[in-house]
Amino acid sequence: MPNLSMTVNGKAVQGEVEARTLLVQFLRENLDLTGTHVGCDTSQCGACVVHVNGAAMKSCTMLAMQAEGAEVTTIEGLADGDTLHPMQEAFRNNHGLQCGFCTPGMVMSAIDLVNRNPNPSEEEIRDGLEGNICRCTGYHNIVKSVAEAARVMGS
Amino acid sequence: MPDGINTGIGASVTRVEDYRFLTGQGTYTDDINRPGQAYAYILRSPHAHARINGIDTTAAGAADGVVAIYTGADMQTGGLPCGWLIHSRDGSPMHEPPHPPLAQGKVRCLGDQVAIVIADSLSQAKAAAELIEVDYDVLPAVVDMKAAAGGGTLVHDDIGTNVCYDWVIGEEGDVDAALAGSAHVTEIDIVNNRLIANAMEPRAAVSDFDRATGEYTLYTTTQNPHVIRLLMGAFVLSIPEHKLRIVAPDVGGGFGSKIFHYAEEAILTWAAGKLARPIKWTAERSESFMTDAQGRDHVTTAKLGLDANGKFTALKVETMANMGAYLSTFASSVPTYLYATLLAGCYTTPVIFANVKAIFTNTVPVDAYRGAGRPEATYLLERIVNKAAKEMNLDPVEIRTRNFIPSDAFPYQTPVALQYDSGDYMATLKRAQELHDTAGFAARRAEAEARGKKLGLGYSTYLEACGIAPSAVAGALGARAGLYESAEVRVHPTGSVTIFTGTHSHGQGHETTFAQLVSERLGVPLENIEISHGDTNRVQFGMGTYGSRSLAVGGVALDKALDKIEAKAKKIAAHILEASTEDLEFNDGNFTVAGTDKAMAFGEVALAAYVPHNYPIDEIEPGLDEQAFYDPANFTYPGGCHICEVEIDPATGVTEVTKFTAVDDVGRVINPMIVAGQVHGGVAQGIGQALLEEAIYDPEGQLLTGSYMDYCMPRADNLPSIQVAHETTLCTHNSLGVKGCGEVGAIGSPPAVINAVLDALTDFGVEDIAMPATPARVWQAIQDAKA
Ligand code: FES
Ligand code: FES
Repeated sequence: MPNLSMTVNGKAVQGEVEARTLLVQFLRENLDLTGTHVGCDTSQCGACVVHVNGAAMKSCTMLAMQAEGAEVTTIEGLADGDTLHPMQEAFRNNHGLQCGFCTPGMVMSAIDLVNRNPNPSEEEIRDGLEGNICRCTGYHNIVKSVAEAARVMGS
Repeated sequence: MPDGINTGIGASVTRVEDYRFLTGQGTYTDDINRPGQAYAYILRSPHAHARINGIDTTAAGAADGVVAIYTGADMQTGGLPCGWLIHSRDGSPMHEPPHPPLAQGKVRCLGDQVAIVIADSLSQAKAAAELIEVDYDVLPAVVDMKAAAGGGTLVHDDIGTNVCYDWVIGEEGDVDAALAGSAHVTEIDIVNNRLIANAMEPRAAVSDFDRATGEYTLYTTTQNPHVIRLLMGAFVLSIPEHKLRIVAPDVGGGFGSKIFHYAEEAILTWAAGKLARPIKWTAERSESFMTDAQGRDHVTTAKLGLDANGKFTALKVETMANMGAYLSTFASSVPTYLYATLLAGCYTTPVIFANVKAIFTNTVPVDAYRGAGRPEATYLLERIVNKAAKEMNLDPVEIRTRNFIPSDAFPYQTPVALQYDSGDYMATLKRAQELHDTAGFAARRAEAEARGKKLGLGYSTYLEACGIAPSAVAGALGARAGLYESAEVRVHPTGSVTIFTGTHSHGQGHETTFAQLVSERLGVPLENIEISHGDTNRVQFGMGTYGSRSLAVGGVALDKALDKIEAKAKKIAAHILEASTEDLEFNDGNFTVAGTDKAMAFGEVALAAYVPHNYPIDEIEPGLDEQAFYDPANFTYPGGCHICEVEIDPATGVTEVTKFTAVDDVGRVINPMIVAGQVHGGVAQGIGQALLEEAIYDPEGQLLTGSYMDYCMPRADNLPSIQVAHETTLCTHNSLGVKGCGEVGAIGSPPAVINAVLDALTDFGVEDIAMPATPARVWQAIQDAKA
């Protein structure tokens, strides 16, 4: 089995994987980073979104081998000790999550969205999160969370 | 309140559970791994109906990594039971065909379980499954309910019919007479589209068996672990409760679909016992689409009688409800006691008759999905009421207010069994109109018209029965279980508190709301309160979470246990403070003796209970740990008004919800932030049903909407912001005055959306449209009306 190394949440990691192993499997099964979730098998729900070299990526849609040498950030790597990332904080303050299953992917996508568009309108937030399905919240409070986080991240 | 911060009833405290979810530290079933665990893949039927002549597992059994393969021939256990016995109008019990966990000679729907392959890795299990040869005789499938009701192809040969039951409520003769004497009769044919719950976490299970103790453990994605223990232990596998532990860890949404006892739970538990090895199974999303029990799927005709003033005189309803291929756990109760008993809605209709035929088809089983029966009743009522208004030239608001049960008429006995305890339908309607600015609608419509768009406004004034519910009533109606709830309050020696509740949180935020109830009563800060749920080895008992029952039944059980804690603590404090209990007051976590400066903090009382040196030991036992079971006297009756505004592009049929207002009466609100979130989510699912979602089968019983590419889930850009407010009347028969809020959004909203769509299409003469009102359907309706 091929050997693989990358940086995940700031730490150098390596592992042996089958060539067909998906990045999400490597994260969940080899590294036990189970915060990244799998919600579908057609690359449509966004529960698996992580950052690869700073950009949001559906980790179910990428082979682990394709992340060789990359900097990967997962939901586990966002908070600084007990201090949450402003996006995490905003989701908590605005009740942007219920069951929490879509949440890791939603938060990772939302950070990428704000990185690319620091001052998004409601419509831009809704468009930008089109690749992430949430069945619980009706998105209302997610949109509020992202808008608030954008304000905090910009200040 | 502790530290001057309000964490009690009515405070929008942020959620205790969020930290773990936001940092990726939730523990969902698929996150659990047991030492030495094997992986299961379930081989499923690709056909909707077929006879199995033989299954050859020789090659598969020899494949790499395979631990075991089992088929129905190996697994000869009990079948999956149905929890609710309905009787037909002739007195005969419903047909309950066997529901084997692994197919016995025949498959009856797509996805039916044929074999389980267990291997050292999932990829090995999958690869081996491909080597299994199943010799099928494919049989014609029956998918359409009307065809199925007429006979022909039988889903279950031995029962000789596809009609599971033919049930009635009300006096048909009285209703026919009232209709005959009515000034006007409005008729409607209506379909409630089949939906798929689609909780974002796919179902999963990890089973284990401990040879040393003989104990089975099953981690599973369920809303009610004790119910699974009861059903699987007693009916399917014959494992007694003390040897069977069910754990529902963090569960990623349920919406009803995770209430039911599923075949995979039984197969995995049974196989773990055979192999004495842990086994993990996680559904792929395509498996969820074809094996999670689906929702709704009613075909109905109805007649509403009205007098010359537009007062309702009678309602007659004939419904066919799809059961799918087998009876799922609560399937039989949904179109009867959760549907037909709701047909009075919030109106004074004096006589009502309903006939419900439950039909077997070669489709995936249908069971409760958020609202369960009540959205179907509400959709029918709110559509027929609007149609009647149009036919009688009445304003849709006017016809409703003429028929509302007046706020001074409670308790109100409906003609369909229920007795409503409280409500004020005028208040929710008025508040919704103000919030929505319905007065400004005409101007908004003119503005849209100028842009070539059609604006429509739709109302739904709904009522629902939830807080499921009184055991005796449910039992008389056919329930095979009780529907109480239990709570235990364990006060620890240093004053922190663990609550054990039989309800289960899978997004609803019980860890916060229930802690608020405790904080309010005992003055203990939230961080010193832990809510334990979801593990049958920790929690005494419980019926779980569905039917908006957690707070209205489980929360009230907790309140009763807190009563006992307070009473006992008072006795201890009275003894130590040398006062009589009557002179003691308990506020903000402190016992004080009226008229003196004697005081004792709750934490000190807790310590005294466990260090009983100076203690009324002749009178009471040491310790501070109390339990309560609560069986409510009645259902609870939330209600309200939803107003929807849609904008339609007549050139394309694209329909956008531009404004949505929900004013609900859910009784006392414990955490307004969480309640609003529940309403948002429910409304989103209701808008999904009305505009986007539908499970579609082809005539061979193949599911055409089996992935997110074909089943249209609401996404952020399909939905508007939702305005939410409350008008409160308290529930009169529980100590908290709460009614429940989990389902109101999904129940109230679909007819508001469709009534808005039809309002927008009035100029074209469109009078009916089916859900989901997709752009294609809206465009076609416009073309057909023009032709
Ligand atoms: S798991 Fe659904 S998009 Fe990756
Ligand atoms: S919070 Fe449950 S799916 Fe989004």
